[in-house]
Amino acid sequence: MTSGPLWLLIAGVTFGTFVLRLSFLHLFAQLEEVPPVERVLRFVPAAVLAALVVPALVYVDGDLTLAVSNERLWAGLLAGGAAWITRSVVVTLVVGMLALWTLQSMLPT
Amino acid sequence: MPRGSMPLFSGDGFRPIRVALLTGVRDILPLLVGVAPFALVFGVAAMEADLSVRAAMGLSLFVYAGAAQLAIAQLIGAGATVLVIAMTALAINLRFSVYSASLAPHLHHLPRRWKWPLAHLLTDQVYAVSITRYQRDTMRPLRHWYYLGAALAMWVTWQVGTVAGILLGTRVSEAWGLDFAVPLTFLGLLANAVDDGATLTAAVAGGLVAAMAVPLPFNLSIIAGALTGVGAGVLTETRFSLSFPPSDSIQR
Repeated sequence: MTSGPLWLLIAGVTFGTFVLRLSFLHLFAQLEEVPPVERVLRFVPAAVLAALVVPALVYVDGDLTLAVSNERLWAGLLAGGAAWITRSVVVTLVVGMLALWTLQSMLPT
Repeated sequence: MPRGSMPLFSGDGFRPIRVALLTGVRDILPLLVGVAPFALVFGVAAMEADLSVRAAMGLSLFVYAGAAQLAIAQLIGAGATVLVIAMTALAINLRFSVYSASLAPHLHHLPRRWKWPLAHLLTDQVYAVSITRYQRDTMRPLRHWYYLGAALAMWVTWQVGTVAGILLGTRVSEAWGLDFAVPLTFLGLLANAVDDGATLTAAVAGGLVAAMAVPLPFNLSIIAGALTGVGAGVLTETRFSLSFPPSDSIQR
């Protein structure tokens, strides 16, 4: 791609992405603090975080892998248990990485 | 409260600001470990797509969105047209509007000179740590400082990682699985976000739908999961008034 269109592309995507990021931060004042809005927004973190986590655990290199050989799934489940009990991000991280490395060294890939 | 959280506002001088900044950095630290390899991967992909160093850095500096950047690099290498690439990138970045809506109650009061830079610095990880902190710890006068600490740490990591990827041109850390630190940290944050039956339902629904929606283009799985999860949570709350006592005390 030649320089002209390339930088036009970068500028366009930059602007569009910025609008998306700023959108509600800018518009919220108009929406006011409406109780229904707050009620709905309460669920966004849980839904978004789950939407980010689950695919990362059940997909390996782009393929749905609900098999025993999916170490990330097992490590994730273990870490999930630790997260549920301790609610500590650090503990979850340590448990998950240790589990992953242990499983990876045990199962020949 | 999540372990390691502390009251942040004592009301005098610059100390609380510094504390807020550093707490932001500390909270996002585990995510930096996982994101750095992605920045490297982008740097490599940009070089493989024959992008100039300036174009690669421009993407990291201006677009500053990993998934979209990777898609852009690959599509340029494949010879796609500007319009197709732009629409693909923006579709991938649609989820930022969901984060924006979620953060709006906490940040919309800020003046433009804060809101615009903070908006530019928004990423999945910055959103995750910020919203978690804001829901546990009011931090009324200091939210933007906390966000800034986390967001700057992420931004620096991303730029440095991109440079490293451009220079090194090798795949690093994939064998170590360090990128697994990202979903693991999100998992830890998720445990903090679920405090009653309705939020649990939101999480389960969101996770399931997102997993099923992965084949969809433009990372739409995240938005699909988010919308479904929110809907499920609202339904659960209204129909069943489901809530069980949180496992630790939560002040809102």
